[in-house]
Amino acid sequence: MNTVAIAYRYLWSRPLATALNLVLLALGLASITLVVLIAEQMDRAFERDLAGIDLVVGAKGSPLQLILAGVFHIDVPPGNIPLQAVQNLASNAQVAKLIPLSLGDTLRGFRIVGTTPAYAAHYGAVFANGSHWVEPLANSTQLQAVLGAQVARETALAVGSRFAGSHGLGGTGHEHRDNLFEVTGVLAPCACVLDRLVLTPLESVWQVHEKAVALDESDRKIMQAEREVTLALITYKSPLAAVSLPRFVNTTTDMQAAAPAVEITRLLRMVGVGTQVLKGFGAVLLLTAGLSVFIALWNAVRERRADLAMLRMLGAPARKIAGLMVCEALLLAVIATVLGMALGHALTSVIGYWLQAERSVSLTGWIWVASEAWVPFLGATVAVVAALLPAIGAYRLDVTTLLNAR
Amino acid sequence: MIATAQLAYRYRDGKNLQFPDIEVPQGGILLLRGPSGAGKSTWLALVAGLLRPAAGRVCVTGQDLAGLSPLATDAWRAKTIGFLPQKLHLSDALTVAGNLAMAQWAAGVQDDPAAVQRVLASLGVADLAQRRPQQLSGGQAQRVALARAVLLAPRVILADEPTASLDDTAAHAALALLQQVAHTHAATLVIATHDSRIARALPQALLHELGGLSIPDTHRAL
Repeated sequence: MNTVAIAYRYLWSRPLATALNLVLLALGLASITLVVLIAEQMDRAFERDLAGIDLVVGAKGSPLQLILAGVFHIDVPPGNIPLQAVQNLASNAQVAKLIPLSLGDTLRGFRIVGTTPAYAAHYGAVFANGSHWVEPLANSTQLQAVLGAQVARETALAVGSRFAGSHGLGGTGHEHRDNLFEVTGVLAPCACVLDRLVLTPLESVWQVHEKAVALDESDRKIMQAEREVTLALITYKSPLAAVSLPRFVNTTTDMQAAAPAVEITRLLRMVGVGTQVLKGFGAVLLLTAGLSVFIALWNAVRERRADLAMLRMLGAPARKIAGLMVCEALLLAVIATVLGMALGHALTSVIGYWLQAERSVSLTGWIWVASEAWVPFLGATVAVVAALLPAIGAYRLDVTTLLNAR
Repeated sequence: MIATAQLAYRYRDGKNLQFPDIEVPQGGILLLRGPSGAGKSTWLALVAGLLRPAAGRVCVTGQDLAGLSPLATDAWRAKTIGFLPQKLHLSDALTVAGNLAMAQWAAGVQDDPAAVQRVLASLGVADLAQRRPQQLSGGQAQRVALARAVLLAPRVILADEPTASLDDTAAHAALALLQQVAHTHAATLVIATHDSRIARALPQALLHELGGLSIPDTHRAL
């Protein structure tokens, strides 16, 4: 028999107290794990989706809304902007790259984004099957689309399949049955925003809506002359552009320029409050668990003083007895850490599943992040601190008095 | 053998206790008698090296305990002393065999289930190995506690009030068992008791009466 085996037996000789301590410790560690997993994945998602995008230009309104709608596709855009204005901006000397995006329709909740092949190229996307749409499209009667990996998986559409988009971003609008898209390619998973998008040429978006709205041919021609896009993603030619380009757009045009770095910092500050609250909640749970473990071990030492004294009589050094108490606490911490981390990952999976159903940011519980290594350390620290006084009590047992007890 | 000379112990409250010089040959039996508070348990603890004397010396099986560090004393106690307390202190968290295995753990010796079975069998309780202490009768529990005491073949067995709260028949059986076990292991047997029946049952035993004379430190200074 070794120290761990004895500690285990002693732990489970008080099943109710042990179970309560396990639940408290595990819940605290699960909260911390959940926060760590979500924060890390959100950070990664922001970093990945924002990579190389210095400025987002769209209709005037909330700049954060523009970023969330244009970069992460988790909010509705504030409006549309004239195509001509965007083309003018593309020729600005400070702009290295401009990717226009046009939103308006969805496929079973996934956004159909009118854009150029540069959008997929920006994220380094590769095709799992098929290829981009065939250019030029101006006179084409066939609408074409490329599916993100998650879209293809959840809609079971493949290259050659046809589908109709639903009007609006809510996914509940009428279907454009007379304008079917043909899938020309499916992207490989990129763990970025493209996974949950349907890409199609800008022309296709315009064609669908002009056909649906125009009263006659002359009306269609007017609409063609007044074509719009929803927003544009811009990469600066040099960092110096950050000083003048946003101001130029905001003061000299009817458009709005929003810097993702600024807005996301603001967003993270807002989200950070929630994260801190959750972390604080986890800390309170851990503190409660620590107190509970302390009380349980303290009581255990009191109840078992005579048994422990007997062990001293049998030749166990005082430090071995104290070590037994610490071992009990550590054993509790190990079990609680396993349970807590499993629970934290499971909860993250549930949240990820829910977000996926909402076609929002991708989160998974099937991931290990480096900062999680703190969780077992935290559990062990709480347990050892809680066991410290009981262990000292066990170390200082008055053996003769206890053995004399009738 | 056990030999103590000019042994004294000072309690935390300042009380001093003087003990008579005692010498018990190896394999002999010592009856340590006296009323409650006379210092019987303190004497046992001094002989077991659990307490350090204020004065005098304790020599057990040729080892002067003053020459041992606390850690060495623990190791020495584990292999030299077998202890049978009045309250048996068998852990309910473990089986009978587990309690004996824990004694091996406490002594820092290799886990030896065969030795556990052997000693349980020698005391006629091998069939109880997988039972919990709370499932045992008083007599069975005492046999298990005795098995734990002699598991590591100690040279000295210290029994603290082994017959208290036992009727005559059970007390007689317990004493016979203690004598038999001590004899088997050629161990010195020390019984601390205030039970007068024991002296009658063990006429061959050395008898020392502790008077419980305690002298407060302050008076001593005067």
